[in-house]
Amino acid sequence: MSADFLFGVEVLLNGLMAGVMYSLVALGFVLIFKASGIFNYAQGVMALFAAQTLVGIQTGLIPFSHLINAMLGTKIHHFGWNVPTFIAILITIGIMVLFAIIVEKLILKHLVNQEPIILFMATIGLAYFLEGFGDLMWGAEIKKLDVGIPQGGNLWIEESTAFLGGDDFYGFYLDTLDIYATVIAVILVASLILFSQYTKTGRALRAVADDHQAALSVGISLRTIWVIVWSIAGFVALVAGVMWGAKSGVQFSLSLIALKALPVLMLGGFTSIPGAIIGGLIIGVGEKLFEFLIGAPFLGGATENWFAYMLALVFLIFRPQGLFGEKIIERV
Amino acid sequence: MIYREVGDFKTTYRADGQTFPIRFDRWRYYAVLLVAFAVVPFIINDYWLNAVLLPFLIYSIAAIGLNILTGYCGQVSLGTGGFMAVGAYSCYKLMTGFPDLNIMICVLVSGIITALVGMLFGLPSLRIKGFYLAVATLAAQFFLVWMFNKVAWFYNYSASGQINAPERTMFGYKITGAETSAPVTYLFCLVLVVILAIVARNLTRGHLGRSWMAIRDMDIAAEIIGVNPLKAKLTAFGISSFYIGVAGALLFAVYLGAVEVGEVFGIQKSFLVLFMIIIGGLGSIFGSFAGAAFMVLLPVLLKNVLVGTLGWPTDIATHLEFAIVGALIVMFLILEPHGLAQLWRIVKEKLRLWPFPH
Amino acid sequence: MKLKTLTAMTLIAAMGAPFAATPALADLVFPSLSYRTGPYAANGIPFADGYEDYFKLINARDGGIGGEKARVIECETGYNTEKGVECYESTKGEGALVYQPLSTGITYQLIPKSAADGIPLHTMGYGRTSAANGKVFNTVFNYPANYWNGASAVVNHLLDINDGDIKGKTLALVYHNSAYGKEPIRTLEELSKKHGFELTLLPVDHPGQEQKSQWLQIRREKPDYVTMWGWGVMNATAIQEAANIRYPMENFIGVWWSGSENDVRPVGAKANGYKAVNFHGVGDDYPVYDDLKKHVYDAGDATGAGDQHGTVLYNRGMYAAMLAVEAAKKAQEIHDVADITPAMMRDGMEALEITEEKMEELGLPNFGPSFKVSCENHGGPGLVTVNQWDAKADSWEQLGEYSESDMDVIGALIDEDSAAYAKENEVEEACS
Repeated sequence: MSADFLFGVEVLLNGLMAGVMYSLVALGFVLIFKASGIFNYAQGVMALFAAQTLVGIQTGLIPFSHLINAMLGTKIHHFGWNVPTFIAILITIGIMVLFAIIVEKLILKHLVNQEPIILFMATIGLAYFLEGFGDLMWGAEIKKLDVGIPQGGNLWIEESTAFLGGDDFYGFYLDTLDIYATVIAVILVASLILFSQYTKTGRALRAVADDHQAALSVGISLRTIWVIVWSIAGFVALVAGVMWGAKSGVQFSLSLIALKALPVLMLGGFTSIPGAIIGGLIIGVGEKLFEFLIGAPFLGGATENWFAYMLALVFLIFRPQGLFGEKIIERV
Repeated sequence: MIYREVGDFKTTYRADGQTFPIRFDRWRYYAVLLVAFAVVPFIINDYWLNAVLLPFLIYSIAAIGLNILTGYCGQVSLGTGGFMAVGAYSCYKLMTGFPDLNIMICVLVSGIITALVGMLFGLPSLRIKGFYLAVATLAAQFFLVWMFNKVAWFYNYSASGQINAPERTMFGYKITGAETSAPVTYLFCLVLVVILAIVARNLTRGHLGRSWMAIRDMDIAAEIIGVNPLKAKLTAFGISSFYIGVAGALLFAVYLGAVEVGEVFGIQKSFLVLFMIIIGGLGSIFGSFAGAAFMVLLPVLLKNVLVGTLGWPTDIATHLEFAIVGALIVMFLILEPHGLAQLWRIVKEKLRLWPFPH
Repeated sequence: MKLKTLTAMTLIAAMGAPFAATPALADLVFPSLSYRTGPYAANGIPFADGYEDYFKLINARDGGIGGEKARVIECETGYNTEKGVECYESTKGEGALVYQPLSTGITYQLIPKSAADGIPLHTMGYGRTSAANGKVFNTVFNYPANYWNGASAVVNHLLDINDGDIKGKTLALVYHNSAYGKEPIRTLEELSKKHGFELTLLPVDHPGQEQKSQWLQIRREKPDYVTMWGWGVMNATAIQEAANIRYPMENFIGVWWSGSENDVRPVGAKANGYKAVNFHGVGDDYPVYDDLKKHVYDAGDATGAGDQHGTVLYNRGMYAAMLAVEAAKKAQEIHDVADITPAMMRDGMEALEITEEKMEELGLPNFGPSFKVSCENHGGPGLVTVNQWDAKADSWEQLGEYSESDMDVIGALIDEDSAAYAKENEVEEACS
């Protein structure tokens, strides 16, 4: 096989992996949009906040230590213990649930029946708040996140595929972290689907997603559902935050991964969980292949950001509600 | 009492149709203009100009532009930063390509170029709606920023890709460059702001504005009653982009003087301007000003209080500033989802009856 | 209405506060335009801490500079140009002597302003490289080294380890796709013509968390060496990706802004052997740290969290402060007054001479290169060294001495770029 073809395949495989990472972020958006029609811009910052909290608890940082030090003149920073990863994750999930309850109580409750753009703005406000709050709580330093997932090219895959090409070809490169992310994403999506298909709460969730009014009238509490949905979105944010944080450390830029999820959403449709996955894969493969075939050789590189959006835009012109979105029916 | 229309008779249609039909409103408007033109230039200093007034005026133009598109025509756009970059880079190319061209013409032509680019990127709006469109405009944002960063012709092949505004004068006064004086640049921007605001106000009250609002309220219904969606949406994109382009040109040439596209015209700029119009009030020219004032003043105010007065460390103050701005935005939306403009309308209603409660 | 006027009045009072609250004190003002927040906070914090701590030391140990207390006004920019403008305007009225804008965007923005206001800028290892031409950029200084020196130093290092011949070798530049990242390209292109190596350009878009395409390309094309002009999260991600594809770390050389602990620590042991060029010393094994400990840290006066001492960026902040203090001393000596003005400060900076003896005296032996600033050359000789990361010891190690960069190539480029600026902005070249 020719080397270029093999490299193309390698790029394609890595595009798929990158796509899974995008999907992880996009999932959180879809969950909330489905259940409450809110385009939750704060999802990226939630991922950052969750990851910060996880690292903070793991390494025994004292919350708000900078603030306390500045006000009282003390010099505290660590409790001096390390919490095992598993327990730290549980505590972080607890905090994300608490966060969901607070968001519902303080924000969503008051904004029922507002136009979508107002709700969207509220989540941008929330994003600002959470960004400042997270940094106040845990400090703005870069933090290393270690939850025991190995990183680096997978040797086994490399060695067992090296025979395909000539001497130049080392075998396919796949990051072990990405493989883990894929497995986790599969488990996550499967359990979300099982949860929504086979549990009572899940059915209530789907009912709310279908029609708020009808769901209310059969006795489903909208507010409980919202808390649940935001908690799940918080959990998904934690998973995304851990995966991306393990890649490049936990710091401010983590919140910008939301921008990578937006084209995925557009392409897959705001209301479809499978759409988020398949949209992610298409975007991941599309942008990597474009960079490989056209971007880097002819356009000077760094085309991925805008190409993802352009690709989604082209899809949208043919399907204005995304690939898997609910058909938009308009009546006068 | 203070604010009333009693005894304010109109004897001509012209008088009835004027911009501010109520006498008090009109006086207030003249008073604001008088202060802005005749008082502020004499007391202004560099700090007030650069930290508060220039950004306020320039963002007001951008906010009016976005408000035309989003508030009046209902098309949510997140490409504002990219369109401002078009304005800035066109202005740079015009200033360096035609050194004798008047700066005012440069700025306005930049606006026209941006309008054309905006109409091009507005085409998908005929097919894509709502949040899908919002995200689609991000394609414009990212593509334009990438292009200005990549194509060396736009920044005259300089080593780093920064663009610098050369010195240009108007009527012998320096408008751009380093040695400008505060009142001159202030007045230059103010004149533009006032003219553009009056034009916008009248556009939105006329035939075009009505067709935009019909599209906003329900595009299918509007089409049925004879509004051409192609024309309405594309004019909205064009005119909105013209304003945004002018704002971008001013931001670069008059305010900052040097610009790097990714840093100044990034995605956060798009969000900032969107913030302004939502906090100020969608579909209101006054709201655009109020929102711009809010988003420009609040951080400066918070910073001066927290760092200047309370003496807190700057990093904590900034984190807190983020948290406070975020919380205030949410609070505003909860208390008054239709923005500061709606708040002003409520105050006016109350003032009409004052001192009586009903 | 009353409420409104009241709010308006509080507003004006609050805004006016920075002017009213600070009467013109007879001290030397050094503003610190820091960024402890935003995407680059992790890098901004140590620099700002180091900058301020050194002035605290000077005040506590020496009673100020020539008897005048130094006062640092910190202003948070968040690496944002518009906030930078606000910071500049709000501090310049207080008699600011020299600005360290600490961001390429803010630097470009302040260059014409500083010329108009007569306040010098010191952009140490960043900013506009051609500002080294003092004939055009009268008030801007970028000693002791600039990006083009850095690019040349990378190539020199490659020459060193290849016995002076890198013909036919390949070098890939991974860079932040911004004004900053594009700085070295022209120099590297010139040098590649001169030395006959091949250059590949790999831009990475901000913020740079996703670099798979770039590193797959590196894995495919197997360049002999990779150099990086990265910033913020991009650095750690790039080093991580390099480790992932098992690129030999000793062939991977970053610029000084890609060479701090923040960039290598998140990668752990696999970052071992990564190199970065630098223009000052690393670690805390200098006598000045004893003084700092005695006068500042133990007095409970350390800036920030106090956990950054001895890191690369803390040292850089301290070095910048040290150069500012020395320039201020020089200015006092030239003009024979203690309370110097920005214009005198500029003269002091232009007459600055750092020798090995002086560094010894300051408790910083071999911390930085010896250099001399002149009107023609605001950039110094561009002496740069190479550091290597030792993951086991958790510290940087300096490889070799501060050595010269290729000024033949760089000088020509500086003249060309500054001439273009002079033409565009109608500046006359002059040395006063």
